[in-house]
Amino acid sequence: MIRFILVRFAGMILVVFIVSVLTFGIFQLAPLLSHTSPVYYYTGKVPYPPGSPQLQALIHRFGFDQPIPVQYWQFLTGIFGKTITDGTSAPVQCPFPCFGYSFRQNDLVSTLIGNAWPVTLSLCIGAAILWLVGGVLVGTFSGLKPGSFVDRAGMTGALAAVSLPIFFTGPVLLLLFVYTLGWLPGTGYVPLTTDPLGWFESMLLPWVSLAFIFAALYARLTRSNMIETMGEDYIRTARAKGLDRRTIVVKHGLRAALTPIVTIFGIDFGTLIGSTVITESVFNLRGLGYLSIQSVRQQDLPVILGVTIVAAVALVIANFIVDVLYAVIDPRVTV
Amino acid sequence: MASTTPAPAVATARDAELFLSVEDLKVHFPTEDGLVKSVDGLSFELRRGEILGIVGESGSGKSVTAQAILGLHKGSRARISGHIWLDGRDLVPLSDEEMRGVRGSEIAMIFQDPLSSLHPFYTIGDQIAEAYRVHNKVSAREARARTIEMLEKVGIPNAPGRVDDYPHQFSGGMRQRAMIAMALICQPKLLIADEPTTALDVTVQAQILELIKDLRDELNSAVILITHDLGVVAETCDHVVVMYGGQCVEKGSVDDVFELPEMPYTWGLLGSMPRMDRVRQERLTPIPGQPPSLINVPTGCVFNTRCRFSDHVEGRRCFTEHPQLLPTAPGHEVRCHIEPEERRRLFELEIKPKL
Repeated sequence: MIRFILVRFAGMILVVFIVSVLTFGIFQLAPLLSHTSPVYYYTGKVPYPPGSPQLQALIHRFGFDQPIPVQYWQFLTGIFGKTITDGTSAPVQCPFPCFGYSFRQNDLVSTLIGNAWPVTLSLCIGAAILWLVGGVLVGTFSGLKPGSFVDRAGMTGALAAVSLPIFFTGPVLLLLFVYTLGWLPGTGYVPLTTDPLGWFESMLLPWVSLAFIFAALYARLTRSNMIETMGEDYIRTARAKGLDRRTIVVKHGLRAALTPIVTIFGIDFGTLIGSTVITESVFNLRGLGYLSIQSVRQQDLPVILGVTIVAAVALVIANFIVDVLYAVIDPRVTV
Repeated sequence: MASTTPAPAVATARDAELFLSVEDLKVHFPTEDGLVKSVDGLSFELRRGEILGIVGESGSGKSVTAQAILGLHKGSRARISGHIWLDGRDLVPLSDEEMRGVRGSEIAMIFQDPLSSLHPFYTIGDQIAEAYRVHNKVSAREARARTIEMLEKVGIPNAPGRVDDYPHQFSGGMRQRAMIAMALICQPKLLIADEPTTALDVTVQAQILELIKDLRDELNSAVILITHDLGVVAETCDHVVVMYGGQCVEKGSVDDVFELPEMPYTWGLLGSMPRMDRVRQERLTPIPGQPPSLINVPTGCVFNTRCRFSDHVEGRRCFTEHPQLLPTAPGHEVRCHIEPEERRRLFELEIKPKL
């Protein structure tokens, strides 16, 4: 088991390393393709024309004149802390984890990400709980009696939910519960630490609209797994033992039916961390998705680099947890 | 064990006969293509301490019968009629919940493929103990001790060490032993073994059959052994029911049915079985054709499309009139239009020399 965890952990580091190389490569490639100096993307508006000695000085200061591997090495070691200075304003201390400084937003990338991630994490965890509970419940009851009224209603609902995008359900929910009924306050994030109830109220609609699509997918998945599992020989054995229906369904049926869902959930959740843009935009949440779309729009490369690496790390950690969990859940997986 | 029930030799005939009595059992499944008559009017009796073999091809209704006795069709769309008297109680009208108390405790079942019949995520010990605890109010510790005891009884070496293994860590034979331990842990009065040796290799088959016989002796249980292997029946069973197309076509004691079979289908089964105790024939004789559709059961005899001997019956009765299951000798019943004397003559002349 320990060996297994160590091997997976090493793999995890490798994946993050590859992601960082790739993103850093794109960081270098983008200015090259648009025939500008990286310094323009790095610092925002630079008042110096190309070729001027001031620009050369700036390029030299930020190290863009050095070979790319050296730049990458400086970026990598820089993550563990460095001092950033543009030569005119006061130098900025950038502690671990340091992804550089956003001259467009005048803040450390780590601060920007640090402000954004609690929003995204709140959104993802809340939505995940909703869609897991909802999807598995609907899927289980549908799968137990395929063709029944419950099944048809559940699957029709799931089909509708899959077909409705967040930029439709989100505004509809807002219109209904905020602007018409007035049951919930308007958009915007309320930190959990300052106002738990306000946090809950502010996150409820984003959770629901984000969970909607996933719940539908999970309901269909659970349903098909459940139908398959309930036809297995070991379910017949469980019945032949004289077990009650609840034990058969929950202990013998769901246990097996949900195992593959754990894998998919890990990947979905990890992916979600970096892809909640639409939900965040609709509900005016300043999370990672919002941050990344903003930095793309402003061509703010340090932030894009930082968000990408954070999202990759989240995905890799989620996968790692799933792998370990899978070995615990399924005794046939030898570790 | 089984101290309340006297040994079969001294049991009064009536009590013993009533132990398991299946009367005119019908199991029909409505499907979109029509009504599937998986079992159509099956009757047999079983005494304690006896082993009854049910033989027939795939789709002849053997397993469906077994599952009907265990009440596994309850809650499905199957239509079941007739009576299944177990110890004087009719199981057919019981609800699924009432039947739940009977399953595992009074009737237990062993299935064909022990790997797929065991849950992959729970240990052997957990799964056996679960069967015990559902019918007995005991602590987990007691159930575990009992589980280890049962595993030892069915011949699992180092049972205390293997009880926490998962099914995939057991060999095929050991898994079937574990299934038997699970089935017998509540000391059922009736054990149904549905092709218990089909998925096992030959050396293990004999061990498993011996084990079933030993445990039958010890618990004085009645056993129904479902198989398509006539060798298994000849070796293990006291009585045999030959099923074809959801019906019993011949039944009697194993000696009668194997020595003097009278139904052409039984002849076919015997002819397609390899024998070591006779001079080897050039080839085994397969039964031509396919088993009948259970939706459109042929009029007349169910076996008429594959029977070579229907010209031994006057007119076309085999194709127009459904034959009754009639006694031909004490305890030996046959469903065939051919006259008994003619059947015996045909067997002696045409069938026996080729077996």
